[in-house]
Amino acid sequence: MSGVHIIAIVAAVATIAVIVELSRRRQLREKYALIWLASGAVMAVFAISPGLFNDLAHSIGVKNPPDLLAVMACLFLLMVCVQFSWEMGRLQDRTRLLAEEVALLRNEMQQMRAGAEGRVGTLSPARVEDPSA
Amino acid sequence: MLTNEDVLVVVPAFNEAMSVAGVVKEVAQAAPRAHILVVDDGSTDATAAAARDAGAEVVTNVFNLGVGGAMRVGFRYAAARHFRVVVQVDGDGQHDPRDLARLVDALEDKPHPEVVIGARFAGEGDYEVPVMRRWAMRLLARYLSGVAHVKLTDVTSGFRAHNRAAIDLFARTYPADYLADTVESLVIAVENGGVISQVPVSMRSRTGGAPSQNTGRAAMYLARVSLMLLIALFRHRAPRSTEEAA
Repeated sequence: MSGVHIIAIVAAVATIAVIVELSRRRQLREKYALIWLASGAVMAVFAISPGLFNDLAHSIGVKNPPDLLAVMACLFLLMVCVQFSWEMGRLQDRTRLLAEEVALLRNEMQQMRAGAEGRVGTLSPARVEDPSA
Repeated sequence: MLTNEDVLVVVPAFNEAMSVAGVVKEVAQAAPRAHILVVDDGSTDATAAAARDAGAEVVTNVFNLGVGGAMRVGFRYAAARHFRVVVQVDGDGQHDPRDLARLVDALEDKPHPEVVIGARFAGEGDYEVPVMRRWAMRLLARYLSGVAHVKLTDVTSGFRAHNRAAIDLFARTYPADYLADTVESLVIAVENGGVISQVPVSMRSRTGGAPSQNTGRAAMYLARVSLMLLIALFRHRAPRSTEEAA
């Protein structure tokens, strides 16, 4: 077993350990834990038996197996990033909605305290279209 | 006929302590019976206090949401209190509130959304912008004229009047992205059967605050406008009718 395989095994085990510990402390939501545990498991499998990965690469016509590894890793990370951007956008939309709601409610409250003169409305709960829904 | 009691003037203001009081006073003079709501968009200066002292009602956003976020607060306020007209007047004093009545008069109080834009290039006043920004604005104007089936010359103007149907629509859908508040809002209105029109207004130089334009920014602006139009071409057009969300 060469040095690089030992490093790969250690990295895979460390990834799984960190993810397990984070979910145990409830620092990581289940759906993210799942992605990273799965990728940790895949890493572990190929680290333990590199032959498996080489066979896979050759079977789909890749001459140099590390190329396949690099391409797969890049694609996976790209997918994860896109997913995160999408989720971040949705969170920003929701944060904005909450901020607007807070502003209006605070105003409403001040008006009520001040004795509610003039044109007081009933503020309906937020019914704003969620563009990501 | 719309009377001034039905009009809510929404002034989105971000760090405009120097100018907002003047704007509020001028609006009050031009439309004495209209209700004035200043949406202080997370300002770090005395914008809110200045506006309140000048006699406006002030809603303060906890943090800066951009003009789109500020305006949606205004639209939701107006929808909850059954105002029939919302006029947007920027807090930097570049709009002349004396044009306000002409904007409101151009509304026909129809059941479909109506937006009247106070257009700065339509002949009145002496309004100058850097060349690249002007290209971007022309590009946008041309695109939106096509969408709205009417000739529009200044679609990024923040001086606008909205009827009741537009208020209800925008209380739910007013977009917050950069540029989207001015441009995409018009697209949303049209997609919902709305009618856009414009009235020429004169523009003045700002009474306070720094103008947000230099060459680098203008180039960036042009790039973003182009990208936005490109995306708009391929965008999925979901029907956003009033009934659907009710």
